[in-house]
Amino acid sequence: MSRPRSPIAPPRSFIWTRRVVLTALAAFALLPVYVMVSSSLKPLQDVSGKFQWFPTNLTIRPYFDIWKTVPLAKYFVNSLIVAGSATVLSVVIAVFAAYAVSRYRFRGKRVFTVTVLSTQMFPGILFLLPLFLIFVNIGNSTGVELYGSRGGLILTYLTFSLPFSIWMLIGYFDSIPRELDEAAMVDGCGPIRALFRVVVPAAVPGIVAVAVYAFMTAWGEVLFASVMTNDATRTLAVGLQGYATQNDVYWNQIMAASLVVSVPVVVGFLLLQRYLVAGLTAGAVK
Amino acid sequence: MTVIVTPSSGHKAGDTEKTDGGGARGRRLPRIPDRIRQGGLPYLLLLPAVVLELLIHLIPMVIGIWVSFRQLTQFFIRNWGNSPFAGFDNYKIAIDFDAPIGQALLHSFLVTCAFTVLSVGLSWLFGVTAAIMLQENFRGRSVLRTIFLVPYALPVYAAVITWAFMFQHDNGLINHVLYDQLGLTDRPSFWLIGNNSFIALVVVSLWKSWPFAFLMLMAALQNIPRDLYEAASIDGAGIWQQIRTITLPSLRPVNQVLVLVLFLWTFNDFNTPYVLFGKSAPEAADLISIHIYQSSFVTWNFGSGSAMSVLLLLFLLLVTAVYLFLTSRGRKGSDV
Repeated sequence: MSRPRSPIAPPRSFIWTRRVVLTALAAFALLPVYVMVSSSLKPLQDVSGKFQWFPTNLTIRPYFDIWKTVPLAKYFVNSLIVAGSATVLSVVIAVFAAYAVSRYRFRGKRVFTVTVLSTQMFPGILFLLPLFLIFVNIGNSTGVELYGSRGGLILTYLTFSLPFSIWMLIGYFDSIPRELDEAAMVDGCGPIRALFRVVVPAAVPGIVAVAVYAFMTAWGEVLFASVMTNDATRTLAVGLQGYATQNDVYWNQIMAASLVVSVPVVVGFLLLQRYLVAGLTAGAVK
Repeated sequence: MTVIVTPSSGHKAGDTEKTDGGGARGRRLPRIPDRIRQGGLPYLLLLPAVVLELLIHLIPMVIGIWVSFRQLTQFFIRNWGNSPFAGFDNYKIAIDFDAPIGQALLHSFLVTCAFTVLSVGLSWLFGVTAAIMLQENFRGRSVLRTIFLVPYALPVYAAVITWAFMFQHDNGLINHVLYDQLGLTDRPSFWLIGNNSFIALVVVSLWKSWPFAFLMLMAALQNIPRDLYEAASIDGAGIWQQIRTITLPSLRPVNQVLVLVLFLWTFNDFNTPYVLFGKSAPEAADLISIHIYQSSFVTWNFGSGSAMSVLLLLFLLLVTAVYLFLTSRGRKGSDV
């Protein structure tokens, strides 16, 4: 990602503007993170009174209390199951679909890509209620509980990330020379074997990028989680609101819990960000 | 929920066609027997994706449109197939701007438009500034890039709840800085109720979406050939001139997609106002998706909620079509 300096160094005016602007943007980006970290280390009376930039009475109690005030561990496990399953399924299904679109000519191909992509335009609110009705009806007529269950949420979330995943993987697969999998087929592999032995290994960066995106989508969704879950299947997105009771808002615990639920995604994202940038460069910005 | 609306919906279909046509010429002869033998395979590979899209997106949309013509209130929720037919009544109520319901919808729509224009415009401005300033290599560049992506990586609810804390009246950071430390206001302001809530919403939305603009624009900048800059600087163009004459024009294709994506994403945003304000947003920040959610799930009037959603979808379709028409035409013109 490094690039050579331009032959002529930029003038001082540009360097100073750059320093000022980039510092301001970094401060804007990190301000909430600082508030989250510092406030999570304060006792309750300090976050209830005037805001303090620096904690005067450092404590790590909030990090122990968060698990007792609300069943955070349960929400955490629910979120992990839902987001993890949605990610795995979404990636597998997207790989198959993208392979079909990238390697075969068939009737209805254009209808498929255009329809799938245009679903991204739908306002979530338009199909929230119908989906709720469908899930309830499937439950009543077949006994398969989708409403309130993790299964229903997994299906919903994996479909949310499908269009972007398919679209990004088509771009990626298109950039892998066709000769590679054709050579494998000449050697006697079937098309599915060729997909897994040749195309998938060559597309790892794209697949990782898609997986990161699918996980983040599922981990952060609020609207459907708030309608489609019950006490047993509640995910973090809804569970985090449990720290505000009628009498007290445990801001220090909210900040501690926010930090704890952010760590898995932020660390994963930052570790894998170069794949995401590479995936976007290959797919999005052709 | 739609964290990234797919970049380039308008584009992609065309792209696929193109690569396809090109590739087909090379492999038509050896490929035909294969295709016949494996006739069903591509459909089999697409099947899971098609089933899910039907179940989660397309059938619900059709039902949503059907419900918008029904009088579906709480009395019919268990037995929704039997709800009375309402014709265009739900639509008439929604767009009767003299009556309270239509008036509130119109107000919410206008608030959403103002919010979207501000948020998208500023996000693009911040993103393009950061991307251009990180184009050259210098010490600390990769650290800054990581920092800028943090807001994009944080889960929405964790980030927005932190902003809600910062905007608190008594114990928030914003009032501490503006009133206690800088003395810019006469008294601590309310940020999450009343008119200020619009400002709070724009700030949080901007904070959340500019890193995405930055990410896309940064990826695009890497495709600009170095020679262009070198040639320009030999010709005596300064850095500001290079930005104006090389960088910004090369970003045009990405901008076309990026602005559309940001627009759809921001206009439909539910998560930010929902976490920031709770179930009912203050009037000044009553975004359309929260407004529709209110009128469906709080008042249990699903027929009119669905009618409003359909109107919203039509509006988005119209804007997208006009936008794509105008921008592609403009692009063709400038190429000539």
